[in-house]
Amino acid sequence: MMQTEGHGLFAKEEMNAKFGRKKLLISIKNLHKSFGDNHVLRGFNLELYDEENLVIVGKSGSGKSVLLKCIVGLAFPDKGTLRVLSKDVLNLPKAEMDLLRAEVGFLFQGSALYDSMTVRENLEFPLRRHKDRMVNESIDQLVLEALENVGLAEAIDLMPEELSGGMKRRVALARTIILRPKIILYDEPSSGLDPITAREISQLILNIQKIYKTASLIISHDIDFARSIANRFVILKEGIDYATGIYKDLVTSNDPNVKAFFNYET
Amino acid sequence: MNGVKLFLQEAGETYRFGIKFFRELFKPPFEFREFLRQCYILGNKSIFLVAITGFIMGVVLTLQTRPTMVEFGAEAYMPSMIGIAIVREIGPMITALICAGKIGSSIGAELGSMKVTEQIDAMEVSGTNPFKYLVVTRILAITLVLPLLVVIADSVSLFGSYLMENLKGQVSFTLFFTKVFEVLEFSDIIPSFVKSFFFGFAIGLIGCYKGYTSKKGTAGVGRAANSAVVIASLLLFIIDFIAVMISDIFYEL
Repeated sequence: MMQTEGHGLFAKEEMNAKFGRKKLLISIKNLHKSFGDNHVLRGFNLELYDEENLVIVGKSGSGKSVLLKCIVGLAFPDKGTLRVLSKDVLNLPKAEMDLLRAEVGFLFQGSALYDSMTVRENLEFPLRRHKDRMVNESIDQLVLEALENVGLAEAIDLMPEELSGGMKRRVALARTIILRPKIILYDEPSSGLDPITAREISQLILNIQKIYKTASLIISHDIDFARSIANRFVILKEGIDYATGIYKDLVTSNDPNVKAFFNYET
Repeated sequence: MNGVKLFLQEAGETYRFGIKFFRELFKPPFEFREFLRQCYILGNKSIFLVAITGFIMGVVLTLQTRPTMVEFGAEAYMPSMIGIAIVREIGPMITALICAGKIGSSIGAELGSMKVTEQIDAMEVSGTNPFKYLVVTRILAITLVLPLLVVIADSVSLFGSYLMENLKGQVSFTLFFTKVFEVLEFSDIIPSFVKSFFFGFAIGLIGCYKGYTSKKGTAGVGRAANSAVVIASLLLFIIDFIAVMISDIFYEL
């Protein structure tokens, strides 16, 4: 296991100083998760700070999506500590977990729009769940605002099947931001998209962050895409946080495992 | 041996799924709007199919049995015999089988595709209990709607039978239905109505279980839809067998 400091990358204190970090939003320590004999996470650590874009890179099947699912309580780790917005996710009662989920948006890899609902109903769904006292006018206004922020106000009454892959991703992003979460988790936001649409999505992620002041935890295979949005990277390898740092430092690393991800151009 | 183990495992999982349904059923919040929507989707959209099938069933049953009854000089018993056969057995069973094919498979495929495209996860992340929203509403809707569909199927089926009797034997509408209701008793209607609830529950439970627990991508969705129909149909015959045995005990009392 290569330690962060061992790479000549940033130590935690240096990182904090460099980015002027304020608030710790997600803290993961020594996280373990297995599926039978397949040990996916073997002591993973991570910290996500306010208004930060942290990208996790790793091979397919290395446990990146499982990690995100652990954060929102869709999967349960075997061991370790996981604190989100100062709450211990692993010991949180269901009702409190639901409240926490309103503050943690999740953009799924395949967009996960509800097929049987229009775009409007897709966006209304989380609002009606979390803000049951909200009047219809306010809901309409929030839906429209979220769609305008992703540039798809005209698609409000379309069904998901009528949307292209890129449009679906935008609508899913609008659904994610509609509750104004403090953190957004992105599971491969550029997968299945052409390079131009992927660039549009990366720009959108940055715009959304500016507007809503969110922190983002992003999983991506696409280093070009990740590079355009990341403040910091974590390499997930063999179930651990193998290396962490900014792009400039990782791309010049001599570690062969880091090179495998970042030095493909040279 | 492995097959037996798998069967028992599956039966155990389905049982647990059913228990979870009853636990969630009485726990607030109640998804009333979604329940009504499912009643509309599962019920209203099946009426036409059930009515057509019921009509053909009545016509065919009459045409098939009439020559034999005429041979024995017992054509006067046609309405009574058809009435009892349809209300007691054929109406509920055929309606349930039609619904197992139409509704069971559609629930299995819908929930299966929601599962593999992470829509169920998205629902959970939105602060919704997907089991309550998707499963409880569907099982409850089909449980309550199926008996109504059976009533419609029985009525249309008897009407189809009357048309044939009228064409072949010049039996009037009033005479036909007077004869039908002369022999029908509550002990015929109630057990058939009660078992329809169980039929509906079985179709909903198996469809939801297969869809909600489907795995292995899009191939898994197809398997979920297929096995929902096969297992639900088999279960309908088992429930029917048990229901007939139980009602037979009451007839003998």
